[in-house]
Amino acid sequence: MAKVDFSEYEIKGFYDEMFNDNRAVRPSYDLFKKSLENVSWNKLNHLQHSTDRAQLSLGMTFNVYSDNQGVERILHLDIIPRIVSGNDWDNLAKGLRQRIKALNLFIDDIYNDQKVLKDKIIPKELILSSEGYLKECVGLKPPENVWSHISGTDLIRGADGKFYVLEDNLRCPSGVSYMLENREILKRTFPEMFEQLHVRPVHDYSHYLRDMLESLTKVENPAIVVLTPGIYNSAYFEHAYLAQQMGAELVEGRDLVVQDGFVYMMTTKGLKKVDVIYRRVDDEFIDPLRFNKNSLLGTPGLFDSYLKGNVVLVNAPGAGVADDKAVYAYIPRLIKYYLGEEALLPNIKTYICAEEQDCKYVLENIAELVVKQTDGSGGYGMLIGPHATKAEQDEFVVKIKKNPRNYIAQPMINLSRVPTLCDHGLEGRHVDLRPYVLYGKDIKVIPGALTRVALTKGSLVVNSSQGGGSKDTWVLDN
Amino acid sequence: MLSRIADTMYWMNRYLERAENYARFMDVNFNLSLESAPDAVQQWKPLVVITGDWPLYESLYEKVEKEKVIYFLGFDPKNPNSVYNSICHARENARAIRPELTKEVWEQINTLYYFVKKGLEKKRWKESDPRLFFKIVKEGCQLLYGIFAISISRNDGWHFGKIGQLIERADKTSRVLDVKYHILLSSTQSVGSQFDLSQWAALLKSVSAFDMYRKKYGKLTALNISEFLILDTVFPRSMNFCLIEAEKSLKAITGNETGFSNTAEKQLGKLKAQLEFADINDIFESGLHEYVDGFQKKLNGVSTAVYDSFFANEREQIILQSQNQ
Repeated sequence: MAKVDFSEYEIKGFYDEMFNDNRAVRPSYDLFKKSLENVSWNKLNHLQHSTDRAQLSLGMTFNVYSDNQGVERILHLDIIPRIVSGNDWDNLAKGLRQRIKALNLFIDDIYNDQKVLKDKIIPKELILSSEGYLKECVGLKPPENVWSHISGTDLIRGADGKFYVLEDNLRCPSGVSYMLENREILKRTFPEMFEQLHVRPVHDYSHYLRDMLESLTKVENPAIVVLTPGIYNSAYFEHAYLAQQMGAELVEGRDLVVQDGFVYMMTTKGLKKVDVIYRRVDDEFIDPLRFNKNSLLGTPGLFDSYLKGNVVLVNAPGAGVADDKAVYAYIPRLIKYYLGEEALLPNIKTYICAEEQDCKYVLENIAELVVKQTDGSGGYGMLIGPHATKAEQDEFVVKIKKNPRNYIAQPMINLSRVPTLCDHGLEGRHVDLRPYVLYGKDIKVIPGALTRVALTKGSLVVNSSQGGGSKDTWVLDN
Repeated sequence: MLSRIADTMYWMNRYLERAENYARFMDVNFNLSLESAPDAVQQWKPLVVITGDWPLYESLYEKVEKEKVIYFLGFDPKNPNSVYNSICHARENARAIRPELTKEVWEQINTLYYFVKKGLEKKRWKESDPRLFFKIVKEGCQLLYGIFAISISRNDGWHFGKIGQLIERADKTSRVLDVKYHILLSSTQSVGSQFDLSQWAALLKSVSAFDMYRKKYGKLTALNISEFLILDTVFPRSMNFCLIEAEKSLKAITGNETGFSNTAEKQLGKLKAQLEFADINDIFESGLHEYVDGFQKKLNGVSTAVYDSFFANEREQIILQSQNQ
C-alpha cells in the first residue's frame, strides 16, 4: 500500500513550518516526517477519521443555531501537528511574559493614575472612547493588581520566519480546552511519535489554573465556580470541561444570588458562598443592575459585590480596554514606557484610521491592506483588500470615512503554512498560533497552544466560524 | 449541590430509564407479534396506551399500524417521550451538568445519542427487523447504569439521579401491569389458553421479570404476577422495591432517620407504607385498575414534592424576597 510521501507537496513561496525554501525538512519536523513516511495513506486517512469520531464522543461540539434541535458541529482537528522548536518557543514565551506584564500595568494605570495618558504616550480619547473601557472600574485594585489573569495571544509567523503578535485577547479567550483535548486525541493517534520527540506536556494547565484562581483570595478552601452563559454558548464545551478538570462548580447566572453584598449559589441545602468566579460571560452581561439591563446571563448585584471585594472576578471587568485593536498599535511603546524594554515580540505594522495621516494612507491603499473593525472579533467585520472585489473595497471606504475610530489596517501578511490532510493528500494550509498565559502571583506560559488552520485552500481566515479548524501544537524539549 | 444540577440529574436519569423501558417494550412486543394473531390494533395499540401518549398518537396518525407505532415510540421527534427524544433529553441534561459526571459516563451517553440520531437518519423503523436498534439502545442504557455505578460517588447527585430513575421505573411497571392486565383479564381466573400464556409471559418480559418470577412462583397466574410486580420487596423493578430504594436515597440526602423532614419524605414514606402493608387479595377486591391508577397519581405527587423540596425552594423564595424589596 502506498506510503505517505511529500514529493508532490507544494511550498509555493510561503513560509512552511515543515520545509525550508529548498524543500529540506526543518530539524523540528525531521523525526516526525520520517515516522510519517512509514504510514500508508489509507492508515493516515483512517487515523483522521478516528479523530473526528473521538471528538464527537468527547462532546467537543458547539451549537450553530441556538435552539435545542440546532446543528452541532465539531471544530475539525487536523491530525498533522504543528511543531515548534524548543528554542523558538523559549523566545516566544519570554516575549509573551513581557507583553502580558506590560499590558496589565497599563490596565491598572488606566483605571487608577492614568499616568500613561498624562504623559501622552497614547491619546486619551482613544482610550476613553474604547468599548472595553468601563468607567465603573475607575479606582479599582484587583488582587495582585492583575486584571487579565487568563489571556491568549494570537501570533502568526510571517514570510521572514519571525513571529508577530496579531491580537491580544485579555477578556475571555477561548480555545484552551481544544489545546488540551487535541493533545489527548493526538497521543492516541501517534503514540510512537510522542515517545521519540519529547513533546513538552500541557496537561498541567488545569492545575495551574485552579492554583492561580485560589491564589486570588484570602479565603481558605475557597469556593471556585466557572460562570457560563449556558449550554447554547459556542464555548460551552470548554466551560464545562474546565470546571470538571478543576473540580469547580459550573454555574449559570440564575444559579447565583447576591445577598448582603455577598455572592451565593443556590443549592439543595440552601445558600453557599462563592469566593472566586472564573466568568466566561462578557463584562456587559454580568450584572443587569450595572450593565446591560436586559441580560439574563448575569446576576443582579454581582458587580457591586465585586467592588466591595467580597468576590473575585476573573478576568477583572474592564480588562478589555487593552485588547482594543486600536490600542494594539501602541503596545511596543507601552512596553517601553512601563518596563523600559524593547518589545521582544514585534507587532504588525498598523495604521490607525483615527489618525489623519494613517487614515489617508489606508483609503488610498485599501486594495493592498487588511482592514479590521477595532471592536470586531471572530473574523467578522474584516476586509482582506487583495482578495476583495472593488465593490467590497468601496464599501469599506465608506465605512471608514463614516467612523474612522472603528477601523485599523495592516499590510497583508502571508501566514505560514503547515501540511494538512485534505481531499487530495497533504497540502499547505495557513495557520496562526494562540498560546495561553496565566497570571496570578507569577506568569506562566503553558508550553503548547491552539494552532488554528484555515482549511479552505488559499484562505487566510482561521476563525472557526469561517471554515477554520485546529491542530495540536507540539513544543519540543530542545 | 446546585438546585439546578440536582434537578437536571433527576431528569437525566428519568429519561434514560424511560428510553430503556420503551426499548424493552418494543423488543418484547415485536417478538410477540411474530407469533400471535396479526391484528395490528390489538397488538400495538396497548403499547401506546401504556406510555400515556395515546391522545398524541391519535392526533398524529389515522390508523394503528406496526410501523407507525414503532416510529412513534422509537423515533418520532414529535413525540416528546420517544426513545429518540428521551435519549436527546438525557444527553442534553448530561451536557448541562457535564462537570458532575465522569468522562466514561459522558462518553457513553454521547455514543448512545449519536446512535439514536443515526437511527432516525437511517430510518431504522423501516427495516424488516428493527429489534437490533432497540436492543442496542437497551444495552447502551444498561451499560450506562453500570458505568454510573462504578464511577460516580454516592453523593447527593447520585441519590437525586437514583430517585429519578426509580420513580420512572415504578411508573412504567405500574403502567404495563395496568394496561396489559386490563386487556388480558375478562375474569380473574382465565389464565391458561396458549394465547394468554404468551401474553402474560410477554407482560413479565416487558419489565424484565420473567425469569425471576419463574424462580419464585413457577406457574403463571394473574394474582401472583400482580403480587410480584406490585409488592415484591426484592425484585428490582417491582413498584414496592422502587419505592423502598428511592426512600433510602431520599434519606441519604436529608440525613433524616425517622419520620419526615419535608413533603418529599412525607409523601414518599406514605406511599411506600401503603405498599408495604398491602395484601394482593385486598387489592384485587377493590379493583386492580383503581389501585394502580391511584398509585400513579400519588407517585406524580411524590415527583412534584421532590421538586418543591429541593429544586425550587431557594430560587422562588429569593425571587420573592427581591421583588418585595
